[in-house]
Amino acid sequence: MAEFIALSLPPMVIACLAALACALPGNFLLLSRRAMLGDAISHVVLPGIVVAFLLSGSTSGWVMGAGALVAAGVSALVIEGVTLRARMDPGAAMAVVFTAMFAAGVVLLEVTGTSGLHLDVEHALYGNLESLIWLSATGPQSLIDPAALATLPVEVPRLALIAASLGLVLWVAWRPLVITIFDPVFARTQGIPTTVVTAGLTAATALAAVAAFQAVGSILTIAMLICPPATARLLTRQLQRQVAASCGFAVSAAVIGYGLAGYAPLWLGLPFTVSASGMIATVAGLQLALAATFTSQAVASRL
Amino acid sequence: MMLGLMRDALLLQAGYNSALVSIGAALLGAAAGGAGAFLTLRRRALMSDAMAHATLPGIGLAFLVSVALGGDGRFLPGLMMGAALTALGGLWAVQWLSRHLPEDAATGAVLSSFYGFGIVLLTVIQGIAVGRPAGLETVLLGSTAGMLRADAVVIGGGGALILAALWLLRRPLAMVAFDPVHARLSGLNPQRLDTLLLVLVLGVVLVGLNVTGLILIVALIVTPAVTARLWVQTVQGMAVLAACIGAACGYVGAAISTALPDVPTGPVIVLLATSVFALSLIRRPRYG
Repeated sequence: MAEFIALSLPPMVIACLAALACALPGNFLLLSRRAMLGDAISHVVLPGIVVAFLLSGSTSGWVMGAGALVAAGVSALVIEGVTLRARMDPGAAMAVVFTAMFAAGVVLLEVTGTSGLHLDVEHALYGNLESLIWLSATGPQSLIDPAALATLPVEVPRLALIAASLGLVLWVAWRPLVITIFDPVFARTQGIPTTVVTAGLTAATALAAVAAFQAVGSILTIAMLICPPATARLLTRQLQRQVAASCGFAVSAAVIGYGLAGYAPLWLGLPFTVSASGMIATVAGLQLALAATFTSQAVASRL
Repeated sequence: MMLGLMRDALLLQAGYNSALVSIGAALLGAAAGGAGAFLTLRRRALMSDAMAHATLPGIGLAFLVSVALGGDGRFLPGLMMGAALTALGGLWAVQWLSRHLPEDAATGAVLSSFYGFGIVLLTVIQGIAVGRPAGLETVLLGSTAGMLRADAVVIGGGGALILAALWLLRRPLAMVAFDPVHARLSGLNPQRLDTLLLVLVLGVVLVGLNVTGLILIVALIVTPAVTARLWVQTVQGMAVLAACIGAACGYVGAAISTALPDVPTGPVIVLLATSVFALSLIRRPRYG
């Protein structure tokens, strides 16, 4: 039990919080057909972090997070600019911009030999969830012991704060957001600043992606931005239910995936664990495949 | 010293192997640019990204199978066959999910969950510590430095085959890209041609794994194509120019990689292609 609370509970909670933070804005990206924006943003986090480190020399999570947010904002603006200026498909514009920024990040990382930065490309891609452990936990009593709680991995309170703020913003901005997404023309006649709402959604996505990236890597971030909302969308057309269901699928993917990664090899008699974020992304994809198998054609044809 | 080595590589004077690799990378770049021109006109640029990421579980599985059969896991044709199988699986999954969901969401879902499963398999390979997995992760970012002659021949030959197929199919592909409805009226089958195009893109992805790696191959397919579109109006002209840009980037990128073996090849080629795109955009010729 003590072992579970110290070694497994914190990464599991972090995975759940990261999944929730991503699934919330993911619902609206899906509906506004910008699902791949999450893919683009989670790739540009790497150059953001590298540049922030090179400029400041600091490895603090906040500095890196700020660098990543700036990079995400820059990439969103550049994608928008390239789409307009070259009059091209947004998907192609994203592919051009995020590969360029990711490539620049990799080259900077290699050329400058940023060894002080505990970051390599593989880390950036699939995170290291398993290392986020809570060493001072001695048992269930640690969960109510302020001194022990203070030594929780910093990702727990950080992601909890971000997931909660995203939920709050969503609750407050629900009506304008929904109208903007379903009917931008009508939204403008109602005096809703649609550009601000869309930019706000991009910013929320960037915040979720950056926070999740630092804990779980970019693959899980993309999976959680897209898979749980898509799974929920297949099962219900009603938006409030869709958002609620997507949160449920996000948490279940995180818990099941983490459990499988840690225990399934042991059940098979293999003496090691496998990548938790990879397994969580796999489970999220399987949930989606199941939902797509069982969804009725009648519901699906209305999207 | 480094600049000298780069100059030698550019002039094909840096040894027989690196000359072969440069030519192979140029042929791959040309195939990627040409196929990418048709793919971006069909607005399916990101489909290549999904296929590329979906190769990872296949590589892991092929490695495990090869080890189970008594090999060391580094059997290149086997790895590429595994990669092709799961990439096709990913392609099928995107099409299947697109019946229920927007295509971009289907693409992203397949990309991330297949890739996630690939990462799981790589950790399994590490965990059971068999074969020679060291360097298996070069498929992520590509590496042409120290590439063997056989690899260079596979890359160049594969690129040349895809180029030849594109050349044979250039007219129907151009018609479908320009106006699928009109193409159907003229007796073509746009769906079958789209599938053929995706198979050619799959070929580019498989060959490109070795050069640019699976994360960045999408850039070699998309960036030259959108650059060419800024300069040329016709579909076939765009494909030819994209192939030329892709060939130049592949060639120069491989040469730079010979001089700087520590830097993975993929990012270098991508940055070259993006520079050409950015310059074209600033120079801002007529619109496509």
